[in-house]
Amino acid sequence: MKFDAPATFNPIDRLKVVGRPTDRIDGPLKATGTAPYAYERHDVVPNQAYGYVVGSAIAKGRIASIDLKDAAAAPGVLAVVTAQNAGKLDKGEFNVARLFGGPDIQHYHQAIALVVAETFEQARAAAQLVRVDYVPAKGAFDLAAAKDAAIKLEPSFGGPADTAAGDFAGAFAKAPVRLDATYSTPDQSHAMMEPHASIAAWDGDRLTVWTSNQMIDWGTTDMAKTLRIGKEKVRLVSPYIGGGFGGKLFLRADALLAALGARAAKRPVKVALPRPLMINNTTHRPATIQRIRIGATKDGKIAAIGHESWSGNLPGGDPETAVGQTRLLYAGKNRMTAMRTAHLDLAEGNAMRAPGEAPGMMALEIAIDEMAEKLNLDPIEFRIRNDTQVDPEHPQRPFSQRQLIECLRIGSDRFGWSKRNPAPGKTRDGRWLVGLGVAAAFRNNLLAPSGARVRLDDRGIVTVETDMTDIGTGSYTIIAQTAAEMMGVSLDKVVVRLGDSAFPVSCGSGGQFGANNSTSGVYAACVKLREAVARKLGFNSPDVAFVDGEVRSGNRSVALAEAAGERGLAAEDAIEYGELDKTYQQSTFGAHFVEVAVDAATAEIRLRRMLAVCAAGRILNPKSARSQVIGAMTMGAGAALMEELVVDKRRGFFVNHDLAGYEVPVHADIPHQDVIFLDETDPISSPMKAKGVGELGICGVGAAVANAIYNATGVRVRDYPITLDKLLDRLPEMA
Amino acid sequence: MAKVSFVVNGEARTLDLDTRTTLLDALREHLHLTGTKKGCDHGQCGACTVMVDGRRINSCLTLAVMHEGDDITTIEGLGTPQKLHPMQAAFVKHDGYQCGYCTPGQICSAVAALDEIKAGIPSHVSADLTAPPQLTAIELRERMSGNICRCGAYSNILDAIAEVAGRTS
Ligand code: FES
Ligand code: FES
Repeated sequence: MKFDAPATFNPIDRLKVVGRPTDRIDGPLKATGTAPYAYERHDVVPNQAYGYVVGSAIAKGRIASIDLKDAAAAPGVLAVVTAQNAGKLDKGEFNVARLFGGPDIQHYHQAIALVVAETFEQARAAAQLVRVDYVPAKGAFDLAAAKDAAIKLEPSFGGPADTAAGDFAGAFAKAPVRLDATYSTPDQSHAMMEPHASIAAWDGDRLTVWTSNQMIDWGTTDMAKTLRIGKEKVRLVSPYIGGGFGGKLFLRADALLAALGARAAKRPVKVALPRPLMINNTTHRPATIQRIRIGATKDGKIAAIGHESWSGNLPGGDPETAVGQTRLLYAGKNRMTAMRTAHLDLAEGNAMRAPGEAPGMMALEIAIDEMAEKLNLDPIEFRIRNDTQVDPEHPQRPFSQRQLIECLRIGSDRFGWSKRNPAPGKTRDGRWLVGLGVAAAFRNNLLAPSGARVRLDDRGIVTVETDMTDIGTGSYTIIAQTAAEMMGVSLDKVVVRLGDSAFPVSCGSGGQFGANNSTSGVYAACVKLREAVARKLGFNSPDVAFVDGEVRSGNRSVALAEAAGERGLAAEDAIEYGELDKTYQQSTFGAHFVEVAVDAATAEIRLRRMLAVCAAGRILNPKSARSQVIGAMTMGAGAALMEELVVDKRRGFFVNHDLAGYEVPVHADIPHQDVIFLDETDPISSPMKAKGVGELGICGVGAAVANAIYNATGVRVRDYPITLDKLLDRLPEMA
Repeated sequence: MAKVSFVVNGEARTLDLDTRTTLLDALREHLHLTGTKKGCDHGQCGACTVMVDGRRINSCLTLAVMHEGDDITTIEGLGTPQKLHPMQAAFVKHDGYQCGYCTPGQICSAVAALDEIKAGIPSHVSADLTAPPQLTAIELRERMSGNICRCGAYSNILDAIAEVAGRTS
């Protein structure tokens, strides 16, 4: 189905199942530990052996020699695989560094060997016996030092590297009120709770991998490419994924090494990346240095806005596209953005939840707060004065929907913004300095083709199959809701099967595009199935309705089970998109409100309240969508207050590479969180009239925390994370 | 190798194990009780939380052979999809999860934390170490802080625990 004209009334608009806060259909499995994750598939194939990964102990250089003798002779060892004995390997399309290193080493903890043994304990012990002689080479690991040599590199998503409209330099120079400030965000890690894990089994020349992967088709493509075999020989299965956040978008070393280990050991092999290996072995969100310049008239209209960002990556890697939102969020005739990329020899930088916008909004929305203060304007009022309903670079291009002002106003009422004292450092509650902060939320709505197959059987059960994944986002449930709505059945009559490359290719999970596109693909397949049902029954008038498990036309009505008959009916289709995203700018909007308390003596920072108001098209399931938003707010709070991969600039690796050193929010850090969804449908976006929301929730929240800390203390911190040491010597005098 | 016998979810089990096997791997790899999760294998995340003789522990931080004769309860021992434990039902109702990977650990921890409060065991945030600890949000958050949820379901998890606590107290 090609979606190339705005949606009109369709069966989804009945909202009997879609749009309701339904419990997750996979909930009881998750709550009882019976949902099977990749490493746990004892059921799929017998005789699984264990693989343990050895990571490089240098960041750059080469392996002079590798001695496998002792490891191979250790008890229980079945095979030791290295890049040297694994056969010729290609590099996946989506990988920047090779997944199997040696003799050349591209980053610290790049996988260089896999030890396969009868048991996990044997494999782990034998892995310590692999002896490697390295020849280290000099690498670049310090973004600030490499910044001036950074080059212009066109990113594969979220570009171009340079944009301009009007005369930024002239207008900025002339503006009566100006801000020119530099911000930084550190390297961050997805740190999803389930480590990357795979079980691989060969049947002749056919490979099956039970794995944990967000994008089944990318993974299948890259597994085939890396192994230099036909894609039709590879099957990936990933029904449950213990978190991804972008860290499981790609084929990674666990899956490739399991496949190579299984080939060498001639039996199925399971591999999980040990937690301390994950951070340097896989991808991370790259650090940024961002310069923002804003020039405004005295009455608070932006005349010039410029945003530049520097980030680093391995050769072939993309920049972190932190300037994207600045092209669209606020009005202003004269504008520029620029991204420059430095060569760094740290592990590959790549997408983490809301790549680009997450770190970009952390900087931009502090800058807006600073600018409002210079103008002596309330920060909400300043944002309202600079709202735009059109793409500022291309004023003929409207937003499909843009309710930023409504989000700010509603949030302001609900949060009690009017009680905020605009003078910083002046509100006390006992030993606490209290402050309120606000930030806009913004994230683009991305369209991607997505396919599905639907079947109807003689019990009236509708089965949906698509390679779409559920990484905690609620895909199972919203897909079931979509099929139930389309076919006029209750939720318990729908079976959803996901995450298998044997199913039609979907959009996969990433970039908050999963919900809208995958359900639109299911919508398209259901439209075809409805046609097949009607055709079979000889119903050809336009009044055919699917209601309460029946098909009705005129005065005839037939139960779906009966219509399907013994042989059942099936249909497959995909959603594809025309030009509507070119004619219209499609984005999602929101407002974040945060209250913090900062200990007046110790500068300990506590979050007291958090509220997000979101305008993101139709919300398919307010319960799971709300969870997406609070989860994103939590990750954003982590980014604001604690998350930072610390770089060893001599040896070239992230030092705090486990969950003890890389701190993420825990229960005690997070207060009660509120989320409000505006009642919105976006017929320009898709037949579902939905957009994404899972990343909107992280965009801006870090700045709202930073702005609240400023309001509490009067200390403006522009380098994340905002830890107490950055406040301590600048706190207001104690009375 | 060594023999070890313990009771898991009411059933007597005897295993012949490599002495390096953690309790977590004994459960997951040998008894195929994969409801207990491995998030870090280093005592940093809480995904592997089980109850041993009524007390919650990180099963990755203890060797299986140290548990001769012990009584172990895992998530599978609390309830089944058809017959959920009240805490499991509350997690479903309040959407106290997203990816579900930390969930069995959160649920075991929550059940045990409520028992600890009932037993009068104070925590780091208990104002008075000798008075019975209160069932407050701050007490629950403190006691649950060994269980990381990277999906960030904390606010919902707290609602789920509070509901069960209210019902049982
Ligand atoms: S797996 Fe035991 S604490 Fe993380
Ligand atoms: S539900 Fe994913 S980590 Fe908690």
